[in-house]
Order: sequence, then structure tokens, then C-alpha cells
Amino acid sequence: MSCSSGTGVLVKLSRLFVELYKWAFVKMSMNCGVVAGSVWFFSSFDKGALGRKEQIPDSCGEKARILLQNFNVSLNQLHALASFFSESDQMTSLECTKDRAAKLSSTDHLACTLKVKCSDKQDFSMKHMWVVENAELKDQCPVQDENIPKMDVESMSFFPQSTMSSLSLEHHNGRKGISQARELRFQVKSNCENMALCLVKGCWWFLIGMIISWMISGVNLKLWKEKRLKPDLLQPVAQQRQLLLQQKQQQQAQTHPKGAGKWRKKLLIAFVLLGINFSIWLFCHLYEKNVLRREEALANMCDERARMLQDQFNVSMNHVHALAILVSTFHHGKHPSAIDQKTFGEYTERTAFERPLTSGVAYALKVPHSERARFEKQREWTIKKMESEDQTLGQDCNLEKLNPAPIQDEYAPVIFSQETVSHIVSIDMMSGKEDRENILRARASGKGVLTSPFKLLKYNHLGVVLTFAVYNADLPPDATPVQRTEATVGYLGASYDIHSLVEKLLHQLSSKQTILVNVYDTTNDSAPIKMYGTDVNDTGLLHISSLDFGDPLRKHEMHCSFKQKPPLPWTAINTSVGVLVITLLLGHIFHAAINRITKVENDYREMMELKARAEAADVAKSQFLATVSHEIRNPMNGVLGMLQMLMDTNLDANQMDCAQTAHASGKDLISIINEVLDQAKIESGRLELENVPFDLRSILDNVLSLFSGKSNEKGIELAVYVSNHIPEVVVGDPGRFRQIITNLVGNSIKFTHKGHIFVSVHVAGEVRGTLDIGDGVLQQGLNPFQDVSKKTYNTLSGFPVVDRRKSWESFKQLYGTDRMEDHERIKILVTVEDTGVGIPLEAQDRIFTPFMQADSSMSRTYGGTGIGLSISKHLVELMHGEIGFVSEPATGSTFSFTGVFGKREGSPLELKFHQYDLVISELRGLQALVVDDRRIRAEVTRYHLQRLGISVDVFTSLESTSDYLSSNRGTSVLAHLAMVLIDKDAWDKEAIHVLHQLLKEERLNSRAEVSINLPKIFLLATSISSTERNELKAAGFVDNVLAKPLRLSVLIGSFQETLGSGKKRRISRNKISTLGSLLREKRILVVDDNKVNRRVAEGALRKYGAIVSCVESGRAAIEMLKPPHNFDACFMDLQMPEMDGFEATRQIRSLEKEVNEKIASGGASADKFGNVAFWRIPILAMTADVIQATNEECMKCGMDDYVLKPFEEEQLYLAVARFFESG
Amino acid sequence: MDTVSQLQRQFVDHTTSLYREGFVDDQFTQLQKLQDENSPDFVVEVVTLFFDDCEKLINNMARALEQQQEVDFKQVDASVHQLKGSSSSIGAMRVKNVCVTFRTFCEAQNREGCLRCLQQVNREYSLLKNKLQTLFRLEQQIVAAGGTIPAVE
Repeated sequence: MSCSSGTGVLVKLSRLFVELYKWAFVKMSMNCGVVAGSVWFFSSFDKGALGRKEQIPDSCGEKARILLQNFNVSLNQLHALASFFSESDQMTSLECTKDRAAKLSSTDHLACTLKVKCSDKQDFSMKHMWVVENAELKDQCPVQDENIPKMDVESMSFFPQSTMSSLSLEHHNGRKGISQARELRFQVKSNCENMALCLVKGCWWFLIGMIISWMISGVNLKLWKEKRLKPDLLQPVAQQRQLLLQQKQQQQAQTHPKGAGKWRKKLLIAFVLLGINFSIWLFCHLYEKNVLRREEALANMCDERARMLQDQFNVSMNHVHALAILVSTFHHGKHPSAIDQKTFGEYTERTAFERPLTSGVAYALKVPHSERARFEKQREWTIKKMESEDQTLGQDCNLEKLNPAPIQDEYAPVIFSQETVSHIVSIDMMSGKEDRENILRARASGKGVLTSPFKLLKYNHLGVVLTFAVYNADLPPDATPVQRTEATVGYLGASYDIHSLVEKLLHQLSSKQTILVNVYDTTNDSAPIKMYGTDVNDTGLLHISSLDFGDPLRKHEMHCSFKQKPPLPWTAINTSVGVLVITLLLGHIFHAAINRITKVENDYREMMELKARAEAADVAKSQFLATVSHEIRNPMNGVLGMLQMLMDTNLDANQMDCAQTAHASGKDLISIINEVLDQAKIESGRLELENVPFDLRSILDNVLSLFSGKSNEKGIELAVYVSNHIPEVVVGDPGRFRQIITNLVGNSIKFTHKGHIFVSVHVAGEVRGTLDIGDGVLQQGLNPFQDVSKKTYNTLSGFPVVDRRKSWESFKQLYGTDRMEDHERIKILVTVEDTGVGIPLEAQDRIFTPFMQADSSMSRTYGGTGIGLSISKHLVELMHGEIGFVSEPATGSTFSFTGVFGKREGSPLELKFHQYDLVISELRGLQALVVDDRRIRAEVTRYHLQRLGISVDVFTSLESTSDYLSSNRGTSVLAHLAMVLIDKDAWDKEAIHVLHQLLKEERLNSRAEVSINLPKIFLLATSISSTERNELKAAGFVDNVLAKPLRLSVLIGSFQETLGSGKKRRISRNKISTLGSLLREKRILVVDDNKVNRRVAEGALRKYGAIVSCVESGRAAIEMLKPPHNFDACFMDLQMPEMDGFEATRQIRSLEKEVNEKIASGGASADKFGNVAFWRIPILAMTADVIQATNEECMKCGMDDYVLKPFEEEQLYLAVARFFESG
Repeated sequence: MDTVSQLQRQFVDHTTSLYREGFVDDQFTQLQKLQDENSPDFVVEVVTLFFDDCEKLINNMARALEQQQEVDFKQVDASVHQLKGSSSSIGAMRVKNVCVTFRTFCEAQNREGCLRCLQQVNREYSLLKNKLQTLFRLEQQIVAAGGTIPAVE
């Protein structure tokens, strides 16, 4: 059948859709999965959507079923009609079917064809068959057509058309349903997708927001850290350290951390609140949706049920109506009546399936009182009265017991009845109050009329009676009630079992379990009568649909509610709880983070405070040390001076010894104090290195001479060697360089009892190997070997030494390409090698720690504070160098350090050896022979001689020297030979004799003038007693003895003496004359408030030829120094009343600046200011206090240098030289 | 000849004692060295200046310290500083040393100590003045006697 096939198609389609949906959902959920990872609550949304989808095919199937049912009903109707016809075997007028056709909505065309057929006198049974078949198998229409050969073309052509149209109708209906379903589904789908999309979007936004907030907080943190780091970077400016620290503290106390913390906390709280609100909102939103959806579903279902109920009821009513018409047609329309009780009973019985809800139908005739007797007679029974007034057709009662009906205007005795209610035949329906009303209404309106519900005894259910009036004539549709009453001939009644009606209906529908249906008769608003349903507890949700059973007087309502209480909205709960949990978790995490940050901040602040305090304490300590040291120095100077004076008096040996000891101790104390002062300065960061050109070699000579006494006492060889690669003049701090060397050599001397101490200086590049190791000393120093035959080593003294390379192994910058060494800078490596006791291994790692000595016994034995090395280390670091050592107990130690110095091309230091100039020029170009069996020692000697410009040949023994001389006899070699230097170790009386002879002979052979310059013989000795010396001298072999350590001054002095240049020393006031030449004719302003000081300074400066003016206050000085002036320099006292030196200097500088700017901008001609384009007078501070006069303070206010009061020649010279040297 | 050498010996003895007793120090020697043909009376001039200065300062301080209450320690301190500077300039060691102590008392605002120091300074100053005046007298005598002033090392 078209319908079933349509249904099949529908089912197929719906299945397809289900599949489609599934796919869509899988996809969607996959999307969800991809997008939100394991955000679990999406699945719940999916589920919700899925549930809806399930509903759709459900409702679709339902619709199909209803369709099918409707169709079946029509079918049944036809069937019933057919059976009626076949039963009555009568061809009746076709109007009937025509009338009925109007009621059979879906099969009206069929009815039409039936009519046509009938009129064509077709065989009814055939037609009937055909109709049945047609109804059952519409699809097979053509085949049936063949089965009816007699059917004319017209009908044939017409018939399929109609079936086609009805089919198409079905199809149309089905399609409509499908399309509706599809629409719904699409809606749902798009709804679902929209929702998912929104959620995904929301999720993304949330994630992005979170990331951004993290990033912001991260950046914030970073920024903040940087901010905090900044002050740290500023720190190294040592003098302002404390100030800075305070500032820093304040800054920290004031700024961000607290504010930031609060801000963050507020944000967190806001975030948590937002999250909670959001989750609550989400819950409400979802719950609301849920409820709404439920309500909608309920309404849908309820309406649907109501409609169906109504439809079914109407269908039934139509049937009853049809029956009424049947009765009017066949009972009243025909004479004699075609219907009797039996026919009626059978017919109604057989068509009962059409009215499944009616328990029974009965027909009552309208009998006026006048006709009662005739009627009773005809019928052979009396009209009986109803037992009780409210009883009706459904009642089961005993006919015999009933009384005859009382006399009334008219009666409505039942004449026909269905078998089921046959007992009511002959009962007057008018006698029941309810029934009477019904009857009256029915005949007035011409429509079906319902009674109020009453109990059907038989079924024990509530039921209603439907009454139709049967008219004897065809009434016009607008007939008045009176006309209708007139035309009334009888009444047809049918009792309906509402309960089973609803039951059946609900049975047909799915989700019967979920929904609870109550049907009420609400004609009386105040007391509705329940027709169906149970008393159930209120589940909250209620939907009311009104029912129209075709009786305008009666009102019915259907109340639907869900059977179960709404399930907890898990989706909403889960989602909102999930969001809440996430929010709280995040909140907790952030809270923890914030707490942590706060804690770290607090810790940091605390630590900074502690650090500041510690640093302050450190500074205070250093300051204290410096002050105390300074204060100790003053009285110590007194002590020393007194002791010196004491020693100058006549003392006996014992007293002298005591005095000397005291003096020496005092000196030691002073040196210790100086060291402590240095240490303090270093620690407080006040130590700054000078940058002046100096001669490194002469510094080393100085150190050597300092220790020569001690080394001679101990019989240790002390030597210094400077590589040729070291320039003559380097720029750096000579004092500090000297201090380091002194420290190291002093240490070495202290711990060395035999052997040697050897200081060698190289360019760092030399040991790195970038330069050729052409340096003999280095070569041998780096390749120590043992001369097995003599059991000595190739070291200075023959004692074994440690491998000096190890001492600089740890230097980081020695080998690497370092930026320090370029055209302007040079890195110098100094090694101090000794053959002392060495440093115990366990003490080696703390050797550079201040106040730490190798061990306490060591300090008892050797004394000393142990800060020398620490200071040296600091100094080396200040020189951008490194210090290291290698030491082996019992073998010795080697200390190495590097330092970066500036190179100064060209002009060697002018004042270098003023007193020696002459001698050096005399010695230059001479030739010398050095006889030494140790190569290193010979190299050292060669180095010193070369400094004087003497070229040197080295021989290892006297014999070889003699050989050499004899082989070169008479050549220029011998002629130019000026001296022979023989080491004491190579001294051999025999050999020297030979040599002497040789030289003598040569002298005799040579010309007269050469003989005057006979090669002199010098003996090099570490320690030699005066008697020995005299002896040797007396023997005539030796012209002079050179006491080691070799140094320039010793050599020069000795050579001078021996070579007899005769020109005694020049004026010793060389230096002063230099100072004089510097200061001569210079105009100098002395500013001092102290008359005496002023006078002294004036005297001192005047002595050097300066033209001195004096003023007594800073203010006066400013007046004097207002450009233009003609002063060349200004010496300024620092402490003056009114305006101190600093302030005065500042003002002078600002004055100068003004003038300079004026000149530069052309605002004032230069001639106005004495034709000087740039004004800047050198201002030197005069002070008695070294601490106070630290450079920076002076420099800061614009001073150039400072001189100590009272003036000291050298210092004055150095300070002044800077300004006047060039001029 | 006799008087000259006697004077010279006296001069040397006196000078030596000056150094030995710490009245003057190296700076005084330096000062003497500054004296040459261009400024023959340099030392005398400076020392006189010093004495004048001293007297003035000591009077100042004495006045300031006389006050029973409200001693202006600042002013005293400034004076002491001045005195210290001058004394170190001419090499008056003992005066200078007392000044150092004096300053510490000043800084501590110890009036008693200050007064004690003032007395000490006064004593030292008088002593020095006597000694130096003797020295200058001897010098003058030597010069007057036609001798040269012996160098004292």
C-alpha cells in the first residue's frame, strides 16, 4: 500500500537521518574533542542533542502510525459499508454514500467512484470486492482494472486517477511529515552546532584570556625584576654605596611590591567571583533551557494527544452520525422499514469495530403522547420509565421490574439497540433527566450532544452518552431549532467509554510511560469531573490542552504531566560545577603563586636590608680601619723620629742595639699599618690605580736594592730579568706594581734559606707562544733539565725549581684571545720564583685569604700579617690581571701574575737617569764578556749590561774565554773589549791568571791609547766579605767586585768608579732644578686661610722660581681667578671658613664654563678674555689629610690633583709636572 | 774666632735639642731650606707669623672656653684646626700633637679636656717660642760675629 510503503520510506528516511545524525554527532564530538581536548561537559550537550534526535524518529514513527490508523479507519468504514450492503442485499440510493463520503475525508474519491459504478449497474458484489481490494492494495490498481473487463473506459481512466491523487495525497502528507521532521532535525542540528560553536568559542576566549593574563603577569614580573636589578647595577660606585643602599631601600619600601601584591589579590578575587557568578549563571541558563525544553516537549505531547483523542472521538462520532443517517434512511425513509431490531442489532454488532469506544448504540423513536397507545400496541410493549432518573443506556437492569413510563408529552422509547445494550429496548429515554436534556439539545442543534460523564456500570468506568437526532427530512443547513424539532423522528444514542478511548489512544503512542494524562470535563468550571486518569502527586509541570468533542456546551480538558519528577539537571550541574571547580583551582593556583611571590618579595626585601646592613657594617669597618691606621701612623712617626734621633746620640752598643730594634719594629709596624690601610681601602673600594708612565725596569731595580741587604745576609741569589719585548715605558701605577713585587719577593725572601729568588718579566704573549721563544731566560725557564754530571739544575742557583708554567695554568685570559692586548695595551706576566720551603699543600687554597697564613706555626716562625698576598691579589685584579702560584714543599714556589699596562710609544721617560746620563752615554757601545757557567745567570747579566748599551758575549768558563780571546788576538773584537765579568762560581785562580796574562800581552801588543782602556775584570758575587774583596783587589786580578743582585745603579756606580771616567756626579739637585725649571716664572695663586701655611707655601713655591700671589679665602680666590687672569695654577686649601676649597673650586669652574661658552658661541670676543680660547686653570688641593683628599672628592668638584701639606718635593713635582711639562 | 765657634756650638746644641725634644720636626728643616738669598729672613718671618697667629688663636679659644655654658665648640674647633695647620706647616710638632688631642676633646664637646689642652697648648707654645727665640738670637749673634750658620743634620 502506498501508505505502508510511504511509511517504509519514512522509516528508511528516518533511519538514514539517524545515521546522518550519528555521523554528524561523531564529527561534532570529534571536533569538540579536538578543540577542547577533554572538556568533558561537551559530551553532555551531545547527549542532549542525541536525545532530541531520538525523539524525532519517534514522533515521525508516531505520525506514520497515526496516518496509518486514519487510513485504516477509512478503510474500516468502507468495509463496514460493504458488509452492510451485502447483508441487507439491497441497492439503496446512492445519496447515502454521497453523504457519507463527505465524512470520509481521505477516501472521498473512492466513494465517488463507487457512486459512478453503482449508477452503471455494475455487479455490487464485484464492486464490493473491488473496493475492498482497492482499499487494501492500491498499488495494484491496474491489475484490478484488468479483472473488471466490463468497466468502461471512462471509469477506468477516472479511477486510477483518483487513486493516484489519493496516493499522491498520502505521499504528500508523508512528504510533508518528512520535510517537517527534516526541518526539525536541521533546526536541532543547527541549534546544537550553534551551541557547540558558542561553547568552543567561549572556551577559546577563556584559554586565550588565561594565556594573555599569564603572559602579562610574566612580563610584569620580568619588568619588575629588571627594575629591581637596576639599582644593583648602579652599585659599584663605592663611595655612594651607602647612600645608594638607603635609596634603594626606600625605593623598594615605597614602590611596587605591596601595591602589586594588592592589585594581584584584587584581581584574583575578582576572577574567582566572576568564575562563581559565571558558573551560577551557566547553571541557571542550562537549567532554564532544560525546563523550557521539558515544557515544550510536554506541550507537544499533550497537544498531540488531545488532538488525537479529539480526532478519534470525532471519528467515532461521525460513525454514530452515519448510523443515525442510516436509520433515518432505511427505517424512516422506507416503507415498510428496512430495519428491524434484528437487523439493527446485527448491523451494529458487526460494525462495532468501527466504534471501538462505544459500548453500545441504541435508537429511540420519538413518540408523542397521542401516539403512545398505538405505538405500544404496535410494539406490543409498554413504554417503560427509567429506574432512576440519572440512569441511562449503559445501565444493566431488569426490564420486567421497570415501571411503565408516566404520561408525558412525548416519549423516546428505545426501539433498536445493539446486542450489548438490548436490555434498554422499550425504555423511555425522556424519562431520564440527563437523557432528556440531551435529547432536547440534540434535536435542536442537529449535532451530536454529550452527557456529562457518568459511571458505566458494566465497565466500571466513566463514560458519556452521545445523542444524535434523526430527522425524517433533509433539513437545510440553516434550519432553525424549531424546524429541527419538528423534523425529528428519533434519537440515536451511543455510550462512550472515555477511559478505554484514552487508554487505547495512549497505548498507540510511545512514551506512555513518561507522560501522565488526565481528562476532565470542565463544563462546570468549579467542579471538573475527572473522566480519565489517576490521582497522582503533582510533579510540577502541567500542561492543559482543551478538547473539542463537537458539543459546544460541554468543555473538556486534557491535563498532561510527566510521570516522574524532572531528573536532576546533570548537564547543568556538571557543567557549572566543572566551571566552578576549574575557577577555584585556577584561583587556588594563582593564590599560591601570589603568596609565593609575596613571600619571595619579602624575603628579597629582607635580604636586601640585611645586605645593606652588612655592607654598611663592612664600610664602617673599613673606615674604622682606615681611620685607626691613620691615627696610629701619626704617633708612630713620632716614635720613629725619636728613635732615629736617639740613635744619632752617643749610645753604647747595647743601647744602640735596643734603639735599632725598636726602630726596626716601628718600621715594621708602620708597614703593617700601611698594609691594613691598603686592605681597608681595597675593601671599601676606595683604592684606585694611578695611570702614569713609569719605567718598569727601574722599579724592579728598586725592589731589588730594597731586598739586596737581606738576600746578601742569607746568601741567596736575587736576580731580575725583563724581556726585551717589554717597552721601556709602560703606563700604570708604579707604586702598586712595586707593592705587588715587593710583597712577592718579600715573601720569597722570608721563606727561602738557600738557592735563589728570580723575578722575570715577560709579555704574556711570549709564554703563549705567539712570539718566538727567542728569549733565552724564558726558554730555559720553561724547559728545566738537570745537568746530571754536576748534579745541578739549569736554574739561577742550580737548585731545582717548580715548573713555573703551572703557576699560570689557571689564568683564564692568558691564552685566550683577549681584548686587553692591542696597540695601546700590553699584558705583562711577572713570575717570582724561589727555592724556599714551599707552601704546605693543605694551605695552598687559602693563601690569598686576608690574615691567613700557611699555618700558625709559620706565622710564629716568620711573622707577618698575612695580608700581603691578599692585597697583591686585589691589586692584580685592579690591573685587570690574575695571580696564581705553584708550590712544592721543600722545592720552592713560583708566583705569577699578569697585569695590563698601557703602552706609550716614543718619548721615554725624560728624567730617567739624569744623574747617570753621562755615564750611560760613555758606556754605550762597549763590549763585554760574561763568564758564567749558568746560562740563566749569564742571561740576567747580559740583560743588565744591555740596558746600558753594552754588547755582551757569554762564555761558560774561563778556559773557553781564554781560548776565544787567544783565537781572536789582534782583531777588533779584542780591541773593543772593555770589560770581562766573571761570576764567582766560575772563578778559578789559575784560569784568571791565564786570562790576565792574555790581556796583558794584548795590551803590550796594542797601541798606546788602547792600553789605557785595558779590559777591566769584574767579579760577580752574591756575598763577599770585605776582606775577600780587598784581597782580590789587591791581587790585581780583579778591578772591582760587583755585589749581586745586579741592578743598574750598582753597575753604573761600579763601572764609573772602575772605568775612571772621573767625572764625578753632577749636581745632586738635579730634580729640584727640574722642578725649578717647571715652576719658573709661573704665576701661582695660593689660597689658604692660615697665614702661616700661606707663607710657607709661598716660600716653597717661590723657591722653585714661581711668582706667587696669596689670598686668604675662597671668595677672594674666585675674584682673582675670574677670567681673564694670568695665573698658571692655583693651590687651594680645602678647609677654610666661609667657603671651603671644594665650593670655591666649583664656582671657579662654573665661571670658567660660562666664559668658555661665551667664547665658543662668539658671544664675547676672545681678546676680551686675554686671547685665550679655553679657560681652565689647574687647581690643586692642599691638604694634610690623605683620607679626606682621596682623588674622587677633589675631582668631583673640578680639582685636578692634590698635594700634601707640608709640601714634599717629589710629590709636588709629580703633581705639577702634569700641567707644566708640556708647556 | 772663639766666640763664633762657641756660638756655633751652642747653636748646634740648641738645634739638636730642639729636634730631639720634639719641638720641631723635619718640616722645620724644610722651612730652613727654603731660606735663601732671595728671602734671607724667611724662617724668622714665618715663625713670627706663626707666633702672632698662635697668640690670637689661643686668646680666641680661651675666650670661647671661658663661657660657663654654651661653649661654641665649633669656633674652638676651627681655631684648633687653624693652629694645627700652622704648627704642622712650620714643623712645631709638639704643638701640633697637642692640637690633635685638643680636637678630639672638641669633637666630644668636653670642656674640661679642652681647657686642659688649651693650657697645654699655651705651655708648649711658650716653650717653643722661647726656644726659637733663643735660636734666632744665636743665629743673629753668629751672623753679627761674622760666622756662618752651621748646618745641622
